Amino acid sequence: MKTYIDFKTVAVNDDIVLSLEEAGKTVDAIKRGEKISRIVMTILTYIFILALALLVVFPFYWMIITSLKQNDEIRATVQTFFPNIVMWSNYVHVLQVFDFTIYMRNTIIVAIFSTIGTLLTTIFAAFAFARLRFKGRDGVFAIFLMTMMIPGEMMVISNYITVASFGWIGEGQTIIQAYAAMIVPFWTSVFYIYLLRQNFKQIPNELYLAAKVDGKSDWSFLWRVMVPLAAPTLISITILKFMGTWNSYVWPNLVTNESSFRLISNGLRGSSFVDVDSGNVEYGYQMAATVLVTVPLFLLFVFFRKYIMRGVGRAGIKG
Amino acid sequence: MRKISELFKKRQPAPAQQSASETLYLETRPEIKEGYHEDENVIVRLVSPRKKDEKPYQVHGIEDVVAKNNWKGWLYLAPVVILVAVFLIYPLINTIFIAFTDNYQYATGKFDGLTFKNFTYILGLTTKSNGARETYFTQYAIPNTFILVFVTVPISTALALLISVALNSIKWFQKILQTIFFLPYVTNAIAVGMVFSVIFDDSGVINFLFGTNTTWIYGADRWTAMIPLVIYIVWSSIPFKILIFLSGLQGIDKQYYQAAQIDSTPKWKVLLKITVPLLSPQLLYIMITSFIGAFKEYTSIVGLFNGPGTMAKAGDPNMETIVYYIYDNLNNNTSAAAAAAVFLFVIILIFTAFQFWASKRRVHY
Repeated sequence: MKTYIDFKTVAVNDDIVLSLEEAGKTVDAIKRGEKISRIVMTILTYIFILALALLVVFPFYWMIITSLKQNDEIRATVQTFFPNIVMWSNYVHVLQVFDFTIYMRNTIIVAIFSTIGTLLTTIFAAFAFARLRFKGRDGVFAIFLMTMMIPGEMMVISNYITVASFGWIGEGQTIIQAYAAMIVPFWTSVFYIYLLRQNFKQIPNELYLAAKVDGKSDWSFLWRVMVPLAAPTLISITILKFMGTWNSYVWPNLVTNESSFRLISNGLRGSSFVDVDSGNVEYGYQMAATVLVTVPLFLLFVFFRKYIMRGVGRAGIKG
Repeated sequence: MRKISELFKKRQPAPAQQSASETLYLETRPEIKEGYHEDENVIVRLVSPRKKDEKPYQVHGIEDVVAKNNWKGWLYLAPVVILVAVFLIYPLINTIFIAFTDNYQYATGKFDGLTFKNFTYILGLTTKSNGARETYFTQYAIPNTFILVFVTVPISTALALLISVALNSIKWFQKILQTIFFLPYVTNAIAVGMVFSVIFDDSGVINFLFGTNTTWIYGADRWTAMIPLVIYIVWSSIPFKILIFLSGLQGIDKQYYQAAQIDSTPKWKVLLKITVPLLSPQLLYIMITSFIGAFKEYTSIVGLFNGPGTMAKAGDPNMETIVYYIYDNLNNNTSAAAAAAVFLFVIILIFTAFQFWASKRRVHY
């Protein structure tokens, strides 16, 4: 099949195509093959990713459409992927049965106060660790880091006893005591201190010395220079803390007496959406309630995506 | 003013023009720089000559000034130190102590002496003084926890790694897809657990799609119920891993891949021989955090089953984990709960130490 050209006998004006071959394939064929395999690879990658993305999104989709279905349709043997009749009334009913506003109020109050406390303690501690020099600093920091390894379950038992000894739980608990029991133990987070300290450390020494030269105190340097420079990290901490409160279930369940003191997750799991006549769970109502609980988190994510992803990602290894 | 010129004289061995006039002196100013002089530990700040009686601003020995602030450092730390001591260090020690007390009453703080029996009790080896024998911990809590750890962590890590590599290699819609894969992170664990229990309901969409008639959740067999639980845990634990892996992948030098391309290395080999070793710090981090997380599985079970079991038999906590056991016994059997907490703590410590040891040779920083 191969043809050989004797260049001496070929006239210059003839068209000659030189072609290299490997394993019986010309360069063009190899290039074309590579291109095709690259395209096939890309398509396969997209199929893989899109299929998994569908699986990731599916529970959300199912939650929303179930919340808009009639109960008969939910329990039907043939499942529909879009509600036959869109039942907005599910939401109306849920807002009457499920004390969404009370749980929402509790959650927001607890989130705000525990966030403020955490931010203050974190800023002070991170400043001391990053900027000041004093005896025992490194030792304390090492102890703090070690506590990150300890599972929180170790602390829950004794914290429960501690909070009880403060008189915050037990018979005749008031709502303020319930709030205190849910807020105070979470006023500090070693992880956030570590995060902010790393951030403070990146602020150049020269700024601190310049402020010293200008006669600024440590206090005003902290609030005028360091805190504004570390604002992105502080925003991340605030949002993660809010999300944490929104998702907290175990502790509020333990330390509160009445369901009206509890947070949104407790309210969701604690409310029964059972139909009185049949004894079945009314999934339509239940899913409408989960939508109400999930949507605020999604809104937070839409607006603060950058801060959330950076805050979570910062947990990764750096340096 | 004279003081400034004196300062300058010290630094300038040839003060020929210095005595002439102030203007002349100002021209020689660049000899001394404003700011912090590291070699001499001096801060120099030049003051406008128009101001009278102004001393040259000097601070000697920055280190010494800061070292005097011992009390200040502790003042800034005080709130955190108090909170950590009360809500972290003390509870840790106290829980270990309670684990060795007999019949601890949390309300009064009374107990009947010290004992090792709590550990043998939860492991089902001895009975309590009233003859009660614990079987749930060894029958359900320990096996369930270990199954969840050793099934969900490898699956979710491998899946997250594949997704991240795929996400990193595509051009279009990368950001949107990345956001979609992050969505499970910003959800309420209880809420989504309830959604999964609807999806896996007897007349739910899973049974419909696969034409099966399996009972997955309420009244399900223990091993069948593991399947939705594992799927749910994998689903919810993937986003964090993808985020970490992607940031690691973006840090890998492209040259490695170009070299591999020149040698026409097959894709799977590139993944195993280049990507995975270069991602090893992230892999170690993910392994440690997700093993610890998986040992503490609790809310997913509450969300999915609304209790410690599938209610196949009443009062049988067949989906209980170690952490679930701790919370269940907190009130009525505080000593046993503390013993279980210490048990979990020791297991996690051993695991983490083992992972650090195993990673010593394999992780490339």
